[in-house]
Amino acid sequence: MGSLIETQAQPAQEGYLWTRLDELVNWGRKNSLWPMPLGLSCCGIEMMAMIGPKFDLARFGAEAARFSPRQADLMIVAGTLTWKMAEAARTIYDQMPDPKWVIAMGVCSSTGGMYDSYSVVQGIDMILPVDVYVPGCPPRPDAVIDAILKLQRKIERERPFAQLLSGDNFDEGKGSETFVRAPNQGVPTTRSHERLAPGSQVPTEGA
Amino acid sequence: MSTTAERVQPALAGLAVQSSTSREGTLTLEVPAAAAWETIRRLKETAGFDTNTFVTAVDRFPAEPRFEVVWQFLSSANAERVRVRARIGGTDPRVRTITDLFPGAAYSERECWDMFGIRFDGHAGLKRLLMPQAYEHFPLRKDFPHQGIEPDRLYREWDRVRRERPVNRDLPHAPQES
Repeated sequence: MGSLIETQAQPAQEGYLWTRLDELVNWGRKNSLWPMPLGLSCCGIEMMAMIGPKFDLARFGAEAARFSPRQADLMIVAGTLTWKMAEAARTIYDQMPDPKWVIAMGVCSSTGGMYDSYSVVQGIDMILPVDVYVPGCPPRPDAVIDAILKLQRKIERERPFAQLLSGDNFDEGKGSETFVRAPNQGVPTTRSHERLAPGSQVPTEGA
Repeated sequence: MSTTAERVQPALAGLAVQSSTSREGTLTLEVPAAAAWETIRRLKETAGFDTNTFVTAVDRFPAEPRFEVVWQFLSSANAERVRVRARIGGTDPRVRTITDLFPGAAYSERECWDMFGIRFDGHAGLKRLLMPQAYEHFPLRKDFPHQGIEPDRLYREWDRVRRERPVNRDLPHAPQES
């Protein structure tokens, strides 16, 4: 056990064994991503095409779509997330076992897209930590496959053993919160409700 | 061949109805809000308009009376439509329900309450249809900003309550106190 404590104290001097084990674990994880498809609108159709035989996500080991979050480690949020649905989406995310990753598929889940609206979440990173964003309305299946390849490269760089030995292991929601964007932080838009207080005069046509 | 207006006219005798034709040619009846239910009853029982197509409203803010409730009906026997409009004021807008005549209007009236905040007196289950039950605003009113007022408030409240819920530390995989 002594060597473990040394590793914890000096993460820079990780031994050959741990880095090799990291690589092995990462290799296993990245080639067997099990997606939890959260198809919320038209993006869901493209996601189905991606999993189907023509685009064949099985080539990258991620075709086993599970409709139970307990059996999934990759959440693909495909479509428009409303604030009413946000509670369900967050619950599904919390129910997925660690380690877990999130792909925001399409502009709606990335930024709210064209729905600059009272009912739509302006980017799912307001409620979830996101690993890869895919632009497009909807994105082609190849674009999402590219996102999965990018996620695989991201997983390659993870250090599961260093994380485990440093005690920063999978406390639900703990590590995730630091990535979550505060409401509209970094979105420099003039919010119409700041310009227009309730009860004030609305400019009418021709006025 | 008589027009829709001519066929409808006898059924509405004695009611203060102003009839006109809309741009796309639908017969439109302007009635005082108090007479709307009676007009609709006669349209159904005497003039044969057996289907309620929709119940909705128009917000004429800042004009007063502010809201215009719109009902549209279809006569499946004559393949013709009629529209009924009634203006109601902006403070405590309410109008009588037509669910006793057309039970199918219940959803339309719930949506109208949800979006405009117009109460339908006599509706058996007038609650929000699309927005969360605890939502405070009426989104289709003209003085409501389209990006909403604190759109994330209900979610954040749910999130806070969820996080404050005690965790059972006896479970084998529960996060431990650090």
